[in-house]
Amino acid sequence: MEIQSIQLNSGVGKDGNKEKVASFELKMGDIISIVGPTGCGKTTLINDIELFANRNTPSGRQVLINGDPVPEDFSFDPKNHPIALISQHTNFLSDLPVGEFLEIHAIVRGSDDLDKIIQETLDFANQLTGEAIIRDTAMTELSGGQTRSLLIADAVIIGNSPIILLDEIENAGIHRTKALELLKRYRKIFVFVTHDPRIALLSDFRIVMKNGAMQKLIRTSGDERRAAVELKKIDDVMLNFRGLIRSGQEINASMLEENMRLLSVN
Amino acid sequence: MKVIVFAGPPTCGKTTVIRQVIRRMIRKGLQTAYLKIDVLYAEEDEIIAREFGIPSRKIFSGELCPDHCNVVVLDEAVEWAEGVNADYLFVETAGLCLRCSPYIENSLGIVVLEATSGMNLPRKIGPMLTLADIAVITKIDLISQAEREVFRYRVLEAAHEITVVESNALYGIGIDPVVKKIIRTQDIQKPMFLRGNPPVGTCTICVGKKEIGAKNHFGVLRTMEQELFYVGE
Repeated sequence: MEIQSIQLNSGVGKDGNKEKVASFELKMGDIISIVGPTGCGKTTLINDIELFANRNTPSGRQVLINGDPVPEDFSFDPKNHPIALISQHTNFLSDLPVGEFLEIHAIVRGSDDLDKIIQETLDFANQLTGEAIIRDTAMTELSGGQTRSLLIADAVIIGNSPIILLDEIENAGIHRTKALELLKRYRKIFVFVTHDPRIALLSDFRIVMKNGAMQKLIRTSGDERRAAVELKKIDDVMLNFRGLIRSGQEINASMLEENMRLLSVN
Repeated sequence: MKVIVFAGPPTCGKTTVIRQVIRRMIRKGLQTAYLKIDVLYAEEDEIIAREFGIPSRKIFSGELCPDHCNVVVLDEAVEWAEGVNADYLFVETAGLCLRCSPYIENSLGIVVLEATSGMNLPRKIGPMLTLADIAVITKIDLISQAEREVFRYRVLEAAHEITVVESNALYGIGIDPVVKKIIRTQDIQKPMFLRGNPPVGTCTICVGKKEIGAKNHFGVLRTMEQELFYVGE
């Protein structure tokens, strides 16, 4: 199926009241974020999208693909499944070695050159992790960061899905900046569930959630985009110090001063 | 009378799936009855009776193996269900045996499998999966989408023709297609027969022989080298 657009029609929140945002539409190349406090229903919203909700999930929402609902008993052949969901899971439960798992997934997704695509997936994942993932490692032995990296790489390379839903990728120790940079090379619909201002302000718009319901849709304004550039610099300072701590260095006041000075100069 | 047999390893979520199915059947005004077969302990029949007010019973297999018990009592169970004016009898098995199939001909066989149970499960459980009509994969919210796809592949590898339904039964997600299949099931034909071929062995353990080692047993035997041989008349 060629995906042109995906539309989400609202349902009800946890209190049974109608959602304030009636619907939103996503077109190829769009990046959006879903924000809100923990427990407000962000994950439920992307699960509804992934399940092609048709007024049959607890929220009563409906997803339209190219303007039409997806019939209940229409089961997508996984190789044509247009949506990849990267959940918050930081561990695999599959008792298979990484290479074998990826190979089966590549077969399911109809890849021709298995060896090449597995290598490409591992190369992508290993740009996001600290320690490299090796083919023979058991899936269950991967760290949280390795697991998330592999999930992202698998969705983009093997899954090759036009719509990618990412649940809080800022968590679980992956190179977030690197991940955003790599992801932006692919023309897809990206939906980020996030608490990270840098990701939220990079989006075309963001949905604000509260009490299980969509409260507000905010389009990123020119003002916000300019603020995002400044926020990015502060964020880079934090990342810089994180890197220093990680690599075993000691921090002193003058290093911080130097970083702050550079901030105000730029 | 339509008979729906649910099988699957213990704690895989059979009862949760059945409750979601019964809720939808009642909403459609359909008459259902429920039978639980277990070995030593079960309270699912009370839970179902309390929640839905439908005729519910349980049977303990006790000294019998639970699938054997299933075969022995199912004709009486169908009569009971007819007696209480049910059109659909749901049978929930103990889900222990990996050798016999608990499904009967002209029934709908549903195997319930946990998505979290490991990629080799579909290769291990034999007729419980390969002779079923539908595989409901539960707890899909606990694993990644990639793992779901690989698990589904392993299920289809073991049972090519099976209909795979992925479900988060706690929230009733993925249940409607199962209900549709149940309603389309044909009526049971009497006399009823077990689906598939039972094992060829006559079980000497079933008749009480506790001694370890092939020399102490008769019937179809085997050694560690996998050779089958026969001792007896």
